[in-house]
Amino acid sequence: MSTDPTPAVRAGDPPPAGTLLRVEGITKSFPGVRALDDVRLDLRRGEVLALVGENGAGKSTLMKLLSGIHQPDAGTMELDGAALDVRSPREANERGISIIHQEFHLMPDLSVAQNIFAGREPRRLGLIDDRALVRRATGLFERLGIPLDPRQPVSQLSVAGQQMVEIAKALSFDAKVLIMDEPTAALNDAEVRTLFRLVRQFLTPRTGVIYISHRMEEIKEISDRITVLRDGRYIDTLDTPGTAVADVIARMVGREIRTDVRPAPAPTGRPVVLSVRGLSTRRLLKDVSFDLHEGEILGFAGLMGAGRTEVARALVGADRSTGRVEVRGRAVHVRNPADAVRHGIGYLSEDRKRYGLLLDQDVTANVMLSSLGRESRAGFVRDGDARRVATDMVRRLAIKTPSVRQRTKNLSGGNQQKVVLAKWLVRDCDVLVVDEPTRGIDVGAKEEIYDLLRTLADQGKAIVMISSELPEVLRLSERIVVMCEGRVTGVLDNADATPHNVMELATRFGGAEHLLATTGDAR
Amino acid sequence: MTSTTTVTDALPDAVVTSRGPRYRQQLQQILAFAGLVVIFAFFSVASPYFLDWANIKGILLATAVTGIMALGATFVIATGGIDLSVGTGMTLCAVMTGVFLTNLGLPLAVGVLGGIAAGALLGLVNGLNVSFLGIPPFIATLATMMVAQGLSLVISGTKPIYFSDVAGFGQIALGELVPGLPNAVLIFFVAAVVAGVLLSKSLVGRYALSIGSNEEATAISGIDVRRWKVVVYTVAGVFTGLAGVVMASRLNSAQPGLGLGYELEAIAAVVIGGTSLRGGKATILGTVIGALIMATLTNGLRIMSIPQEWQKVAVGVVILLAVYTDILRRGKDA
Repeated sequence: MSTDPTPAVRAGDPPPAGTLLRVEGITKSFPGVRALDDVRLDLRRGEVLALVGENGAGKSTLMKLLSGIHQPDAGTMELDGAALDVRSPREANERGISIIHQEFHLMPDLSVAQNIFAGREPRRLGLIDDRALVRRATGLFERLGIPLDPRQPVSQLSVAGQQMVEIAKALSFDAKVLIMDEPTAALNDAEVRTLFRLVRQFLTPRTGVIYISHRMEEIKEISDRITVLRDGRYIDTLDTPGTAVADVIARMVGREIRTDVRPAPAPTGRPVVLSVRGLSTRRLLKDVSFDLHEGEILGFAGLMGAGRTEVARALVGADRSTGRVEVRGRAVHVRNPADAVRHGIGYLSEDRKRYGLLLDQDVTANVMLSSLGRESRAGFVRDGDARRVATDMVRRLAIKTPSVRQRTKNLSGGNQQKVVLAKWLVRDCDVLVVDEPTRGIDVGAKEEIYDLLRTLADQGKAIVMISSELPEVLRLSERIVVMCEGRVTGVLDNADATPHNVMELATRFGGAEHLLATTGDAR
Repeated sequence: MTSTTTVTDALPDAVVTSRGPRYRQQLQQILAFAGLVVIFAFFSVASPYFLDWANIKGILLATAVTGIMALGATFVIATGGIDLSVGTGMTLCAVMTGVFLTNLGLPLAVGVLGGIAAGALLGLVNGLNVSFLGIPPFIATLATMMVAQGLSLVISGTKPIYFSDVAGFGQIALGELVPGLPNAVLIFFVAAVVAGVLLSKSLVGRYALSIGSNEEATAISGIDVRRWKVVVYTVAGVFTGLAGVVMASRLNSAQPGLGLGYELEAIAAVVIGGTSLRGGKATILGTVIGALIMATLTNGLRIMSIPQEWQKVAVGVVILLAVYTDILRRGKDA
C-alpha cells in the first residue's frame, strides 16, 4: 500500500512533521453502496480531532478501516510515517490504535481486570496468574486516576463505569491513537468531566485522539479541529476555536436537496387517527407526544440514538412504555404487538430481516402471516384464498418475484420491503409505523417505495415515517417531529423545515428548557 | 386500493424457475426415503428372515409408538424448541390409563381419553413453563421428564398395572381392523395424516413454523407467540398420551419403569426426517420415514444377530450421517 503514489500536497494540508495519522484518498465500497469515496483525514500529534457527519456519512466505516475490521479498496493510511495496513482489530491494537466503540464489547460476568487483559493474561506455569492480573489493573487505574475495583464483575458497574473499563482497556495497549465513537452518549455531566480529564491525560506529543460525536458543545470544548464527512466524502476540516456551530452544521447537511418534490400542504380538518401523549420508557423516551392525522405522513427525524425507533417499538407494544395512546379517540392499551395489530397499527422495522420477514418461507406465507387467523376457517388455513390474496398484492405493489412461492430470502431489498408492507395492507392496518423504509434499498427501488407510501397516505392510511435520511423526510412528510435524547425537540410543518433547522433541533441536547426558545427562532 | 405502479413490473422474471421451497422439501423427503429403501434392500439381502411378513409387522409395530411420539415432537421442534418429556410422559399416560381402567374400573373410552388428557396436561405444563416462565425448552422439559418418571413410579407404587380385566383394551393396539395389520400401525398412520394436516394446513402448524423461522418477526406481525407455543406443546402432549395408550395396550400393562430413552428415539426420527432442530422447517412425512428408518435399522441389526451394544453404535452413526447429509444439502442451496 505504501507504494501507492500519493498526490502532491494539497492546499490546507498540515506540515507532515506534525502528523501522527494520515489517511489519504480512501475509498471503500460494499455491495450496492460506496461508503467512502476519496476520504482524507490528518490527525496531528497531541490533538483531539473531532469527526462529525450525519448518520451514514461514513464515520463508522472509516473507523472500521482504521481498526482493521475492513480493508480499504484504494488509498493509503500512515501512522507515524509508516504504512498502516492492518488486517484485524488485534493488529490495529498492536500498532497503537485503540478504539472505543459505541456499544461496549465487555464480558459482563468477568471481572474488570479480566476484561481489560482478556487474551493477554499474565501467566505463571501456564496458568493465569490472578494476582498479577489484579496488580496490573490496579497500577493502570492509579496511573489513570480511575476509581474502579479490578475484582468487581463488570455487570455490577454503571454504564459510566463500563465506559471507564473500555477506556482503561484501550489505554492499556499503550495506544498512540485513541478513537472514541460517541463516548458520552450514555454519560451524565460529571461522568463527561471525568472522561474529558482522561482524554487530556492521555494526550502527549506522541499521541492523538479522534473523537466522534454529534454533540456540538462537547466538540467545542474538547477538540482542536473538526473534520466533516458527508455522504462518504471528505468535506472540510475546521479549526475549532473561532468556528461557529452553525458553520459545522451547514457543512454536515450541505447536500443538494430536491426542494421541488415536497408534499402538498396538508389539508386541515382531517381526523386524528393516532394520538400519543406522554409516551415514556424507562431507558430513553421522555414525554413524547404527537398527533397523527388520516392520510398524513408524519416524519420522525433525529440523530442515531435520539429515540425514534424506541417510539415505534413502544407504539406497537414491542417494548414497555407508559403514556396515553388513543386510536380514533379511543384510549387503547397496547401490551404487545398482537394488541397493536388488533387496533390497526402495523410496524415495518428498520431491521426487516430480523423483525419483518420469515426469510425461509415464501411470499404467500409472509404476506398472509398477520391475517392467517382472520382468513382461516375453524383453525384451518384456506390456501387457495391465501395465494389469491398474495398474488393480488404482488400485482398491486409490483413486487418482482417469479411466483408467490418464492422464498423471500431470494428477493431484493426493495421487494422484501414491499412484502412486509403487503402484510400490513392485507391486515387492513390504518396506521403504519415505518422505520427506515428504504434502508439497504437501491435508488430506483427507493423511488418506488416513496410512491407507494405517498399513494397509501392519499388513500387514507396514516403513516409514521422514521428516517435518518433528511431528504427522505422532507420529501414525504407533511409534518416533521424532531427528536433528541428521547425527547421531542420540535415539530415543524414541511414548509418551514430546512435541513438546517431540523439538524439544529436534532442536536438540541439538554432538553426541554430550550424547547420554547427553539421553535421560535428555528431558522 | 389502486397503485400508481404498473402491472408489467411484476411479471415473472423468466430466468428464475419457480420450483422454490416445495421442490426443496420434496428433495429432503426423497433423500430420507431413498435411505429407507437402501436400508431395506441391504437387510433383505443380508437376512432371509427380514422380508417375512411377521418381521415387517414387527417393524411397523415398533415404529408405531415412537412414531406417534415423534409426530408430536415434530411440532415442538418446528418452533425451534425441544421436548425431552415425551418418553417418560408416555409412561405416565400409560400408568394413568391403568389407574382409570384397572384401579377405578372406568369405561374403556373414558380411560383411553383420560390417558390422552394426561398427556395434554403434561404438554400444557411444558408450554406454560416455556412461554410464561421463560424457561428454555431443554430445561423445562428435562424437568418434566423427571417429574413424569417419578410420578409414574409413585402412582403405580413402582409395580406394573395390568389390563387383564379390561375387556377389549388389548385390541386397541393388537386387534386387526384391517386383516394382517395391527391396529397400532393403523393408529400411527391415521395420527400421521392428522398431524400432517395440522402442520401444513392449520394455524397451529403454520404458527409453529413461523415461530421457528423467526420468532421476533412472528411476534411483531401480531401473533400471540406465547399463547401459540402453549398450544404447540399441548398438541405434542396429546400425541404423547396417544402413544402411552397404544404402548399400554400393546404390552397389556403399564410398565412404570419404561419410557426413558424413547424421547431420544423420537427426536432422532424427527431429525432423520429432515426437520431442522433450529426450527422453521418440518414435515410429517419426513418424520414418518425417520421413524421407519429407526425401527428398520434396529430390527435388521437384531435379525442379523448383531449384539445389542453394536446396534446402538450403528444407530448413532446413522443419525450422524443423516444429519450431515442434510447439512451438506443445505450448504449448497444457501
